[in-house]
Amino acid sequence: MKVSITVNGKEHHGDVEPRTLLVHYIREVLGLTGTNVGCDSSSCGACTIHMNGEAVKSCTILAVQADGSNVTTIEGLAKDGVMHPMQTAFMENHGLQCGYCTPGMVMAAVGLLNENPKPTEEQVRVGLEGNLCRCTGYHNIVKSVLAAAGSK
Amino acid sequence: MAGSILGNRVLRKEDPKFLTSGGKYIEDLNDEPLFAGALHVTYVRSTVAHAKIARIDLSECRSAPGVVAVFTAQDLGLEEEPATYNPNAKRAHLAIGKVRWVGELVAAVVTERADQGEDAIERAIVEYEVLEPLIDLEQSMTSTTHIYEGCGSNIVMGTVEMGMPDNTGDELFKDCEVVIKGRFINQRVAPCPLEARGSAAVWVDGRLHQWISTQHAQGVRAEVVKANKIDAEKVRIITPDVGGGFGAKISAYSEELLLGKIAKRVGKPVRWRETRSESMVGLGHGRAQLQYVTLGGTRAGKVTAYQLNAIQDSGGWVDVGTVLAPFMTRPMAQGVYDIEKVECRTTSVVTNTTPIVAYRGAGRPEATAAIERAMDLFAAEIGKDPAEVRRMNLIPKFSEPHKTKIGHTYDVGDYSAALDKAMAVAKYSEARAEQAERRKRGDKVQLGIGVSVYVEVTGGVDPMQEHAKINVLPNGRAVVFTGTSPHGQGHVTSWAMIASSETGISIEDIDVVWGDTDLVPTGGGTMGSRSLQQGGAAVQKVSIEIVDQARRLAAQLLEANEIDVVLDKSKGVFHVAGTPSISKSWSEIAASADAKAGLTQEGMFVANSATFPFGAHIAIVEVDTETGKVKHRRHIACDDAGRVVNPLTLDGQIHGGIAQGTAQALLEEFRYDGDGNPITTNFADYTFISAVELPSIEVVHMETPTFVNPLGAKGIGESGTIGSTPAVQSAVIDALLPLGVRHIDMPTTPERIWSAISTASA
Repeated sequence: MKVSITVNGKEHHGDVEPRTLLVHYIREVLGLTGTNVGCDSSSCGACTIHMNGEAVKSCTILAVQADGSNVTTIEGLAKDGVMHPMQTAFMENHGLQCGYCTPGMVMAAVGLLNENPKPTEEQVRVGLEGNLCRCTGYHNIVKSVLAAAGSK
Repeated sequence: MAGSILGNRVLRKEDPKFLTSGGKYIEDLNDEPLFAGALHVTYVRSTVAHAKIARIDLSECRSAPGVVAVFTAQDLGLEEEPATYNPNAKRAHLAIGKVRWVGELVAAVVTERADQGEDAIERAIVEYEVLEPLIDLEQSMTSTTHIYEGCGSNIVMGTVEMGMPDNTGDELFKDCEVVIKGRFINQRVAPCPLEARGSAAVWVDGRLHQWISTQHAQGVRAEVVKANKIDAEKVRIITPDVGGGFGAKISAYSEELLLGKIAKRVGKPVRWRETRSESMVGLGHGRAQLQYVTLGGTRAGKVTAYQLNAIQDSGGWVDVGTVLAPFMTRPMAQGVYDIEKVECRTTSVVTNTTPIVAYRGAGRPEATAAIERAMDLFAAEIGKDPAEVRRMNLIPKFSEPHKTKIGHTYDVGDYSAALDKAMAVAKYSEARAEQAERRKRGDKVQLGIGVSVYVEVTGGVDPMQEHAKINVLPNGRAVVFTGTSPHGQGHVTSWAMIASSETGISIEDIDVVWGDTDLVPTGGGTMGSRSLQQGGAAVQKVSIEIVDQARRLAAQLLEANEIDVVLDKSKGVFHVAGTPSISKSWSEIAASADAKAGLTQEGMFVANSATFPFGAHIAIVEVDTETGKVKHRRHIACDDAGRVVNPLTLDGQIHGGIAQGTAQALLEEFRYDGDGNPITTNFADYTFISAVELPSIEVVHMETPTFVNPLGAKGIGESGTIGSTPAVQSAVIDALLPLGVRHIDMPTTPERIWSAISTASA
């Protein structure tokens, strides 16, 4: 099936199998490997991207469903070589260790602040419930998000 | 270390890549030229726990779209091989004649695309003659059905069988005024690195290049050499970025060890990547220990005798888990306490479940949980505060090696100081007062306070040494080669800090290389909290040596006496003392030594012993006595890992460890039904801990340097897990003490809490 998807500001036209997941289209067709796959039950959030400005799990969407949409992946978050404030906050607060959950976590965190610019710690924890991390114990992830929000 | 970068909070050099384009994990290596034309391997796995294989029919599989080849054990000429830890147990990388757990490999399917493999294995027909599934440990111990017939028993290792003293039973407690007994299940958990396993194998001119997501490339090389029956120089192992390991990625598995043979047979590169559901049964599990404890002492609170009988579930193969009980749990059984009589017996037993391997803490969390729970039962029995009973029994502060009753020798310890610090930050008395108020009022939501004091062993696996090399290039940059293998621990930054603190070369100008056996042939990998104390110490050693070498060369260039030449670390230049205006840079010195290769020093740091980090954790939880729901409110952790190189990454290790410990205490358990079917095989069913179930963690710093290495550093990778697990479990139980509850096995789920309350009040 023909799809036309704008990814990180660039329009891509492709022909995909109906069963192709958006995450596979992003990783395998477009070669944008920053977005990871950590599970097969839409539980871990490693594949979180933005579709039309909203954080979504790209393993839960078919590429054909994204036809005509505007997608941002981790590779599109920094602008002109300058990291997004959320990326900077993760670096300054040691919000990552092995890095595998990180792209999805950062995209989810940006999405969270888009909806709630000044969240409480509890709201950050609830907001990131769908993104799993095995390394950090979430402590520094939560700290990073609060720092990016200027809450702390 | 005044003036040194060591001890400062330094942001990680590795982060910008992970944050902007993502790491380069095995599945991301699309640009690797050697992977061109690679085929994909998918495995047919056993769907039953214990069975004879009556027939394997892969004909339908072979004709599926995209299938290039299919292989059984016979097709690949595989033979059963003895287990390292018990040669009477034998199996092959693809099942021969019998399967022993759900998920064991039966056949391999090679396809053009990965998704075709998933479709093709659906067509494989394997007929099984089902045998009695042995899932329960104690049932397996006594069963006449043997999982490995050659062993003549399902017991595959035991301390008594190895000649260590047996437990003497109740006789040990005959002089005790108070004796408590407990039966604790330290449940099976899944390590769950967020990146599942993956590997690729390519033959180039008779040499096997294998990429693998691992914690120990050099160890994997030895396994690949053995599996392919080739010489060591014919194998190169390459480690890409690794998305977590937690002990489960130390050794290579059958899925990975078969790839070399398969690539050779199909004459093309092959890649393999597991799904999460496969990983949940294919990647080794952790813990899985049944513990019988007895502890006795005086009514005043002095503990005089402790006995642990640990039965270790090995799972379906005699893997690393088998040896953790005798060689990690037993030596640490006594913990931080001064106890006159201590005994520990361990027995490792095979069952029809996924094999048990090392998992963050690997044998020590089990030892700590056993004695800490026993201390709580004892405290409850004599009606004393659990912190107070602990304090009465702690080994006093020592700065010379301390030999324990069980026969281990701890390096340095100050356990009561750690407990004091944690209690002060926790405002322990205030918490107890709040608890008393809630109890008095009969609140629906009760407060629980859990205390644990622990000591663990790190860097204790032979050989206790690590290799490092440092190369200063003519452009003034340095490259550090290390035998450790970071996968989140931040070695790129920490090793650069150590090299920088000796050489004065800025950390921005120091690169770190690891995990490629052609570049780093010798190494012990990253496991057992060994990296800093051995790998970091090795980097320090070669950095000091290269400074000495550079000083000699600088003396020649400056036409001065060597003893007069000093290194100005703030500028990274050498000059004659008192004459800083005329100096030689690292770049000039390296170029003078060799215009192309620069300067190089390499060597091995050898530790004389393990180190013994210790600490105290306090968990404060709320338990809803009507629903059983637990809210982990505060977690205070005082972990002493000796001298700290980078407090940023130190805290990160503590946080992560505590999350995994809390996960085991409250939520996670890998479960099987009675037939041996795994029922928690994905992240929807397995209750992987999330941000919602954890509080922010209150880290209390304490530094008691060790004399074992010049850095003064002990391990920190596992401490958080070891200290937190019993603290959180005990906190839950502590909340319910007035209701008559004395113990709840982990995970302390709402269902178990509710049941325990119902039983106690009945």
